[in-house]
Amino acid sequence: MNDQRQITIIIAVILVGIVLLTKLFLIQVADDSFLKRAERNAIQRVVDHPYRGLVYDRKGKILVYNNPIFDLMIIPREFQVGDTTRFCEIFQIEKEYLEETYAAARMYSSVKPSPLIKQISTTDFARIQDYLIDYPGLFVMTRSVRAYPQASGANALGYIGEISSAQIERDSSGYYTQGDYVGLSGIEGFYEKELRGVKGVKYKMVNVRGVDKGAFKSGEFDTASVAGNNLTSTIDLDLQLYGEQLMAGKRGSVVAIEPKTGEVLAMISAPTYDPNILTGAKFGSNYMVLNSDESKPLFNRPIMAMYPPGSIFKIVQSLVGLQMGVLTPNTTYSCNRSLVACHNHPSPVNLFGAIRNSCNPYYHQAYRAMINREVSSNTFKDTEVGLNEWREYVLKFGLGGTLGIDLRNEKGGSIPSSSLYDRIYGEGRWKYSTIYSLSIGQGEMLVTPLQMANLAAIFANKGFYYSPHLIKAVNGDPTQIPLEFQVKHEVGVDAHHFDLVQDAMAEAIFGTAARAAIKDITIAGKTGTAQNPQGEDHSVFIAFAPKEDPKIAIAVYVENAGWGGRAAASTASLMIEKYIRGEITRPDLEEYVKAGKFM
Amino acid sequence: MRQDDLYINKIDWISISIYATLVIIGWFNIYAAVYDEQAAKSIFDFSINSGKQLVWIGTAILLIIVIMVADYRLFENLAIPLYLIFLFFLLITPFFGKEINGQRAWFEIGAFRLQPAEFAKFATALALAKFMERPAFDLSQIKYQGQAIAVIMLPVIFIMLQPDTGTAMVYSSFFIMLYREGMPQSYYALALSFVTISLLSLAIENNLNLAIAVVAVIAIIFLLGKKKLSRGIILGVIGIVVIAYSYSLDYVVSKLPEHQQNRIMVLFNPDIDPLGVGWNVTQSKIAIGSGGFVGKGYLEGTQTKFDFVPEQHTDFIFCTLGEEFGWMGSLVVIVLFCTLLIRLVMLAERQKNRFSRIYGYCVVSILLFHFVINISMTIGLFPVVGIPLPFFSYGGSSLWSFTILLFIFIKLDSHRIQQLSRMG
Repeated sequence: MNDQRQITIIIAVILVGIVLLTKLFLIQVADDSFLKRAERNAIQRVVDHPYRGLVYDRKGKILVYNNPIFDLMIIPREFQVGDTTRFCEIFQIEKEYLEETYAAARMYSSVKPSPLIKQISTTDFARIQDYLIDYPGLFVMTRSVRAYPQASGANALGYIGEISSAQIERDSSGYYTQGDYVGLSGIEGFYEKELRGVKGVKYKMVNVRGVDKGAFKSGEFDTASVAGNNLTSTIDLDLQLYGEQLMAGKRGSVVAIEPKTGEVLAMISAPTYDPNILTGAKFGSNYMVLNSDESKPLFNRPIMAMYPPGSIFKIVQSLVGLQMGVLTPNTTYSCNRSLVACHNHPSPVNLFGAIRNSCNPYYHQAYRAMINREVSSNTFKDTEVGLNEWREYVLKFGLGGTLGIDLRNEKGGSIPSSSLYDRIYGEGRWKYSTIYSLSIGQGEMLVTPLQMANLAAIFANKGFYYSPHLIKAVNGDPTQIPLEFQVKHEVGVDAHHFDLVQDAMAEAIFGTAARAAIKDITIAGKTGTAQNPQGEDHSVFIAFAPKEDPKIAIAVYVENAGWGGRAAASTASLMIEKYIRGEITRPDLEEYVKAGKFM
Repeated sequence: MRQDDLYINKIDWISISIYATLVIIGWFNIYAAVYDEQAAKSIFDFSINSGKQLVWIGTAILLIIVIMVADYRLFENLAIPLYLIFLFFLLITPFFGKEINGQRAWFEIGAFRLQPAEFAKFATALALAKFMERPAFDLSQIKYQGQAIAVIMLPVIFIMLQPDTGTAMVYSSFFIMLYREGMPQSYYALALSFVTISLLSLAIENNLNLAIAVVAVIAIIFLLGKKKLSRGIILGVIGIVVIAYSYSLDYVVSKLPEHQQNRIMVLFNPDIDPLGVGWNVTQSKIAIGSGGFVGKGYLEGTQTKFDFVPEQHTDFIFCTLGEEFGWMGSLVVIVLFCTLLIRLVMLAERQKNRFSRIYGYCVVSILLFHFVINISMTIGLFPVVGIPLPFFSYGGSSLWSFTILLFIFIKLDSHRIQQLSRMG
């Protein structure tokens, strides 16, 4: 009996061993969830945020940089302060503030750091730096915020802000986590991937109370952060600043493009704001203020505001007519004001005279010739076919769709097609007399200031353009810019047709826009007036200069400033002079423009 | 029988080797448990527990030498007096002991703390062996059963006064020795079903389900067996008792102090309160479970080192092993323990007198209990009770008492032939 019991005991011992080893196998080998939980327990993933790329203007002047700010942190358990009064003097805080903050930090954790003084400026930091060593338990954490030394180009440069949870979900790369900063608009938004760099990761070990216990595996798995790329923008800071000065107190846009390349030299949206207010801790509250401002400073007018093109569109009409063969330089129409209103000028006029004098009846008649070419005996059908063919020509001028600038939320405007009128009036129920307003750039037609500036560039280039863009180089390398900005777009109008147009535009300066004329610089320009049913019309002017070798193409919109020959032409002229000559020879004109308030 | 055999050859070196291996592995693990990379101290540094454990190991060796050179008859002769002395110490501990964690289980002498309950284990083992040695002592008789249980229960009652439930529970391990010495098998069958039903009724939340299951099992047994009415009645009574018991157990558990209740319930649902009662078990399982197959490497563990596991160098020392050496480490240690236990069973069986054999089985009982319960609690198989892992856990009282316990037996074993001749 006892032999049997001895065996039973031995078997029990072996069984116990097997049970324990089986259970251990289940939790140690078969189940890896414990390993994950252990890592969650003891290994803290600390993200090393990369240095965000800087943005320079085309001449290398800094537009956006990173400004270090300092948070003074406190570890309550290690903190020792002998003379509280002296401490408060050095750090320039109230005694009550110290007591309250210290108590709050203690409440949070006695061994983990809490902020004592947030966002210390560089100068204040320099002052307190030497005292830090006297106070154990204090250390400084450096962060950086975006800064704009010239407070210029707010809408073009954009801003960064904390990423929203919706954005994190949309982003498939998995790069972002809650609390990350991300470019939300402007260059910051569009070139986010270039600017952000690559995050580094440090794995550090913490004990049960969250106290740092050093690098995990001596930093074997740590990766260093890689700074973002520095961008060179096409913006000319001097021109941008000058444009902002001229546009102060007004609503509108100025867009200047280098015609040969499509590089945007200046992009002014007025009214604007100081981009420095949308940085750091003040972002939230300042954004709310800007967002509810009824002058809409956050609205990027050059790419988002849409207006009827007005008289400036007559140039496009002339070119399309010439290319279609409907018009020749000698085509003459009388200024028949029974068709559409006009102003006093000699009549009849040829094409040159029509551009120079901006003759409305001329284009009413010329446009009819373009639309109704008697391809069908049915005038409704004839108009429909004519409109759609004509529209194909117009779209090639970069109208009726976005130009693809490197900014988000660009609007494309609209050039109506037959289907639009079919929707409004019914199929076969509209004809030329319904759509004739298009002949002079009014009616169901919208363009953005950017598209207008691009038109000026097309006229300057005699028939081609590059998509306007704000990027000139990545890390100093111009070949790194997106390929789409290196593609030449032909508008499908023969170059020789532009000669007449350019001459007429140069002449027009002395007619409708006499203020715009500059000694020694030949400007070719065209005034326009965008009708505004809500109030005073918007003043519009496009131009390029010098006519012989165009260096700048510009569009200026000044809202509620009336006829384009005044405010807009003067502003454009000053911008051209500033860019080409580098200085202003007409202080009177500058005074006149700056004094204009059309808000 | 050769009288000129060297005494040293009669000592069971297998047991001693396993003992030494376990003590050394334990010592390295204690160092790992208290190791702090940022303030790296030597394993010999007396300001940390691994250094102190070295002192305990050194003194344990002295104890071993004393035991090995002493007269083997001493232990038999001192059995009853030692038992009485320790009973006395246990009795006065609750009044003069130092209070630690709500228990008065420790005597403080200068810088040293001793836990009488630890030493009372081997004294009780010796007393039991002495008491049951008599040829007339027959465990099949209720009278002798009662006597044996009385010897065991006396120290238990005193220990419960401290109160130290864990150590008191250790005394229940003597049922293994009693089993070998002829305690009726039916008791064990009864105890086993009792434990099974207790576990089931705690594990299964709805007692009604359990009751239905019990009725079903009884019905099957009844239908399969000879359909005697008397048998049916007995089965019926058992069924009612079982169901009543499972309901009353729930009631008793619900009346226990909350911390004890939770310690039991956390076995069945570790997520009950992961930051409270579940913390120990959860963190302990995380530490062991994160070790994987071969572990994170010596001194590379994060869970034990950074204090996620409480009592990591004493009762939860197995976590350090599991984390840093993985399943392979667990395998080695568990195989070592099982081998030692089986070896001790074999040694006990080769004893020629009853005293040595009974004492041997007492050693097996106590070591097996500590080993099973300690490891089980670290992996969530048993409620958390504060008992150390033999030879492994940090602490002088624990190491000394296990050393004394084991080496008295090795001493007795080395004299088994003389004992035979004496008896003969």
